[in-house]
Amino acid sequence: MELLSEDQQLIADSATGFLRAGHSIAAFRALRETGDTANIAILPELAKMGWMGIVVPEELGGIGLGYRAAGLIAEELGRNLTVSPFVSSAILAGTALSTSNSQAQKIWAPKVAAGEAVLALALDETAKHRPDRVVTKVTGEADGLKLNGRKTYVVDGGFADRLVVTAKRGDDLCLLLVDPLAAGVTLTSQVMLDSRNAATVVLEDVAVRDADILAQGQAAERALAKTLAAGRAVAATEQLGIAKAAADQTYDYLRTRKQFGVHIGQLQALQHRAAELYCELAQVSSLIAAALNALDSDSADVETLTRAAKAKMARVGQQATEEGVQMHGGIGMTDEMDLGLFMKRDRALAEFLGDAGHHTEWLLRQRGI
Amino acid sequence: MDIDTFRSETRAWLEANCPAEMRTPMGEDDICWGGRTFEFRSPAQKQWLKVMAAKGWTVPAWPKAYGGGGLTGDEQKVLTEEMHRINARPPLQSFGIWMLGPALLQFGTEAQKRHYLPQIARGEIRWCQGYSEPCAGSDLAGLQTKGVDTGVHFEVTGQKIWTSYADQADWIFCLVRTEPDERKHTGISFLLFDMQSDGVSTKPIKLISGASPFCETFFDAVKVPKDQIVGERGQGWTIAKYLLTHEREMIGASDSALFAKSDLAEDAVSAIGLDETGRLDDPMLRADLGQFLIDEICFDAHLEMTGAYMRAGHELGARSAELKYLGTELNKRRQSLRVAAGGSDDLVWEGTANDAGQVAKDWLRSKANTIEGGTSEVMLSILSKAVLKLPG
Repeated sequence: MELLSEDQQLIADSATGFLRAGHSIAAFRALRETGDTANIAILPELAKMGWMGIVVPEELGGIGLGYRAAGLIAEELGRNLTVSPFVSSAILAGTALSTSNSQAQKIWAPKVAAGEAVLALALDETAKHRPDRVVTKVTGEADGLKLNGRKTYVVDGGFADRLVVTAKRGDDLCLLLVDPLAAGVTLTSQVMLDSRNAATVVLEDVAVRDADILAQGQAAERALAKTLAAGRAVAATEQLGIAKAAADQTYDYLRTRKQFGVHIGQLQALQHRAAELYCELAQVSSLIAAALNALDSDSADVETLTRAAKAKMARVGQQATEEGVQMHGGIGMTDEMDLGLFMKRDRALAEFLGDAGHHTEWLLRQRGI
Repeated sequence: MDIDTFRSETRAWLEANCPAEMRTPMGEDDICWGGRTFEFRSPAQKQWLKVMAAKGWTVPAWPKAYGGGGLTGDEQKVLTEEMHRINARPPLQSFGIWMLGPALLQFGTEAQKRHYLPQIARGEIRWCQGYSEPCAGSDLAGLQTKGVDTGVHFEVTGQKIWTSYADQADWIFCLVRTEPDERKHTGISFLLFDMQSDGVSTKPIKLISGASPFCETFFDAVKVPKDQIVGERGQGWTIAKYLLTHEREMIGASDSALFAKSDLAEDAVSAIGLDETGRLDDPMLRADLGQFLIDEICFDAHLEMTGAYMRAGHELGARSAELKYLGTELNKRRQSLRVAAGGSDDLVWEGTANDAGQVAKDWLRSKANTIEGGTSEVMLSILSKAVLKLPG
């Protein structure tokens, strides 16, 4: 039911072709075997197709096709479980850089778009996403600024060239770039349940130059809001791809598996559960498309739509992966099947940038209850 | 005409022609159904129907030759938006508009279109739908009402049930088994006849909401002239399926009073109040509301996307079952939350307080949403076979 522009259709076709051919689930399994959580080898290929600069404007070295186009890529990344720094670097850092106006922007946006650098967002400080409770702080005078704090769930932080760190400077929010190799930075890289990388970062008296500050005050609030909105919508789109893949495998299984002398897809109890899942996937697809379109048109309902999309997709993603395992029965519990891989990646994305409860709470507050 | 000009002209026309009384929220009693015996609730209601019918805007999508507005998909969307903008009530609602009209446009003869459609557009004839029977509910094609070919007539005998407003309708479009030797699905014809014909009787059924929108309808050797058949003999099921698809799209996307959207959040706050942190003073209800609001935003986005998809010239087909399923299940949740938010206030049933239990009555009415027009379970079975291609 996609209504796409010509450019968007081209992106969709190349995403399908490229990822299914060389970066399928088999490739993910091979990376997992070798303990490679970065898949850095894919970066030049993504950059060559323009994907790392998909939301970065042309004057900063990107192709500026926007978020709906980015979603088409993310959905295929989800479907194929492709490991890449697309969401962390191209979308989150790409958006943060594109919406800040600073010296650092001019240097790093082209590098991100060209795949010459990977940037990771260091935002969360607690196990739950609370972007408005930042304790990490910048203190001191110009040319003698120090950064102190602790960050967690820094996705792709283990191999990033720079961290985009949120911190408070007095009452002002700051977005600043930190070199993970700088003195005072202790970065612990972790392998997460989805075989991806996330780091915890301790910042102790890290020296910050003015040139490292991407944005401060209201400009930083604006840049972060857009960054998180974009991240939510694109992460939800990756989840949508996962959920659709899990559902497709499940529908196939219902058509072929026999028990009691019949295909189990003939059993109404399972038919109805499959059809219910199908309906949920159909409507959440529309919501996600609306959220991505809202980002592209900078419309007033960006916050509402991206949060609703993230919250709704968290529930549908869980439904798709859990129903997938349950309808497969015992074999769905084995590592040989893909369902467990889908479930783990879905779980990580459901938590990333705020779970269903977080965004539902925002909506309730916004509606005055 | 370009769409912006159309919008500004439409806005100005509505501003000049829509009476102020027709810009207020409406209940089920305020619906204008039209028909021979319809009593307008106000001169404004009558005037509003008259001016809209003259524009062809009671049925904006139909061709002008048949009493419609001849509007394009985009123009219809603009008209709807402009009517919503001033909270204009629909001037006319009817099964003729929703159901029979689309069937005639698709399957009727030119003479039938010219005869029946303008009467529907002007609200002169009120139609009812004779589908379900006591032994043919979800298994609709098992219907037994028979139409015997006597040469000049079909002589119709049998019983229908759940015939909406049959006691107030002027005419009926009715599924009748005219080909007893054919198989189940190919023995049915789609007949039109006057409810004042000899042998027709109706009996309202009182529902749990206290209202009686549905009837039992009895036919005892009713003589139906043979040219009052739509399509070919034995083609009734094809037409019925086409109409059910249409009905499901409509129920799913409905603008009607059944789906009147109240502001749940506002209602809950005024009934329950906020706690000292500014949250609704009922954490569990608040959590349910939160999930509902997310799902409502989601379904609205889906309707919007689906609308755009159809305006781009695509058919929805079996996927209309998806809208019907999602829209009606959501509405049941909406009504349950409304009545829960009202607490004991919404248990008041009689008298003038609390709008005589309207919220409770809407809540009870909504239980039928997932039954009428095909149950949720029938919708899921359709989707599993037609869309997911699951076996058997």
